[in-house]
Amino acid sequence: MLGKPSALFIYAIAFMIFLYGPVMLMPVFSLNDSTFATFPLKGFTTRHYASMLANTSMILSLKNSLVVGVAVSITATAIGLPAAIALTRYRLPGGGPVLGAMMLPLVIPSIVIAVALLAIILRFLHMELSLWTVGAGHILLCIPFSMTVLMSRLEGFDKSLEEASRDLGENAWMTFVRVTLPLAAPGVISSLLLCFIISFDEFVIAFFLTGTENTLPVYLFSQLRFPNKLPGTLALGSAILLGSALLVVAAEMLRKLGVQSAKPGDL
Amino acid sequence: MLSSPKPRRQWPDWLAGYALLSPALLVMAATLAAPVVALFVLSFWSQTGFDIDRTFTLANYWKLIEPSSEPMVWMGIPFPFAYPVAAILMLKSLVMSLVATVFVIAMAYPMAYFLAFRVTRHKALWIILLTIPFWTSYLLRVFAWKIVLGYNGAINTGLKSLGIIEAPLEFLLYNPIAVMITLAHAWIAFTVLPIYVSLEKIDRSLLEAATDLGDSRLKRFWRVTLPLSAPGTIAAALLVFIPTVGDYVTPTLVGGPGGTMIGTLMQELFLRQDNAPLGAALAIVMMAIIAGIVALFLWAVGYAKMRERSR
Repeated sequence: MLGKPSALFIYAIAFMIFLYGPVMLMPVFSLNDSTFATFPLKGFTTRHYASMLANTSMILSLKNSLVVGVAVSITATAIGLPAAIALTRYRLPGGGPVLGAMMLPLVIPSIVIAVALLAIILRFLHMELSLWTVGAGHILLCIPFSMTVLMSRLEGFDKSLEEASRDLGENAWMTFVRVTLPLAAPGVISSLLLCFIISFDEFVIAFFLTGTENTLPVYLFSQLRFPNKLPGTLALGSAILLGSALLVVAAEMLRKLGVQSAKPGDL
Repeated sequence: MLSSPKPRRQWPDWLAGYALLSPALLVMAATLAAPVVALFVLSFWSQTGFDIDRTFTLANYWKLIEPSSEPMVWMGIPFPFAYPVAAILMLKSLVMSLVATVFVIAMAYPMAYFLAFRVTRHKALWIILLTIPFWTSYLLRVFAWKIVLGYNGAINTGLKSLGIIEAPLEFLLYNPIAVMITLAHAWIAFTVLPIYVSLEKIDRSLLEAATDLGDSRLKRFWRVTLPLSAPGTIAAALLVFIPTVGDYVTPTLVGGPGGTMIGTLMQELFLRQDNAPLGAALAIVMMAIIAGIVALFLWAVGYAKMRERSR
């Protein structure tokens, strides 16, 4: 194994630097004692983080994002779980096309989803834009992810466990509660975490569909225009990056937990 | 003697299945199907000041293609339209997305190949490192490039403090190339894993057979690996191309006046100029053009047959 590293290995390292490099500048500059994101670095400071925490409109939009994210992740997972059970445990006529339709939000540009929702909400339902309308858009966006995570978990364990429970006299509901749910739990938690991240980080739909209340990405976007707000923006951005990275790692580790899936790295 | 199990009262499979599916289907109908229908209907109405005139009209579609005798020339191409901005931005968005997609696939494929055929230890670590950017804020990944390429950005100030340049390079940010680099970077995380999965699925004995029958490594790659991984790679390419055509964040943050795309115009029509019906027509036309291009492409490369083969 020891020897000259292969060209592909060097390429892979370069690829990782390209992937992480630009994003890593954000935490670097956020700790730099300067109001500009420029080299050479001046010195270490945490004052940008302190001023960020003192910013009430930021805290307010953070609260909004947390509320929407939690509500969306619970709703999308609660909708996704029975659907994933249906598509993995029942022989359904038209199951393929149904699953295909559920994956559509992955390939429709989010601006189209945003303007379509805007059209029906404002011109047909005559409703006010609010965090509720943002949440509705985010649930749609989360369904394909929640479905894929849950279906791969449900396919990862033996159906005969559920059959055994039914044969031993449990009804469908108790089988679900006592067998399916505990076995699917890592997938459920992973779906909750991933849907939360999607909603928490989503910008375009929130930007089009929010009323007077900002979510965190919408607030962040409004700050990007002001050069003098840059350090605070960098601190906020770094905090968001760190938080989502931790959640992703947790979700991925849960997803791998005990899944005997033959499809490593499958979405 | 064993008593036979009591016959369970059971719903037929399809009914039980669809009952379980119904919440998801209802949500999809309410948040996707109905809004798209609404968008379609809206595109046949017209905006009169602050009000919407609900009489059926094709005026919005006509506005998008209305010819004019004085063509506007963009990049040497004449656009003979009375409202040329839509056609110009449409073409520009398609070209920019296409270039970004080609770069993304060209960069992601070797990485996926490395992961599938070379990595033996710490594979899970590599996969998780490739997964994290996939999930983290798109907005921040795009914004990062503003810090890299900006007038007072990392490249300019870095080169300046190293004494390589004297004045900041102004051409880095706010142009179509900056948009394409940023798009490529922002979406590359979505492609490595699908390509990796399609490479991982390849039966290794096929590769051995090719070698045993005398193929060189390059020839083997060209004749076995590449064709068998093509369906996954094409799917990954579409997963980048389709959403990026309508991207709004990247052109807004790093595009400047020269790097605008069709998503920028759509946002203006809906939120600034308040001409939602025209914006709706634009969205419908954009989706139709994308769907047409994708269908044509899949037909041209024989995608259905390809999938059949690599199954």
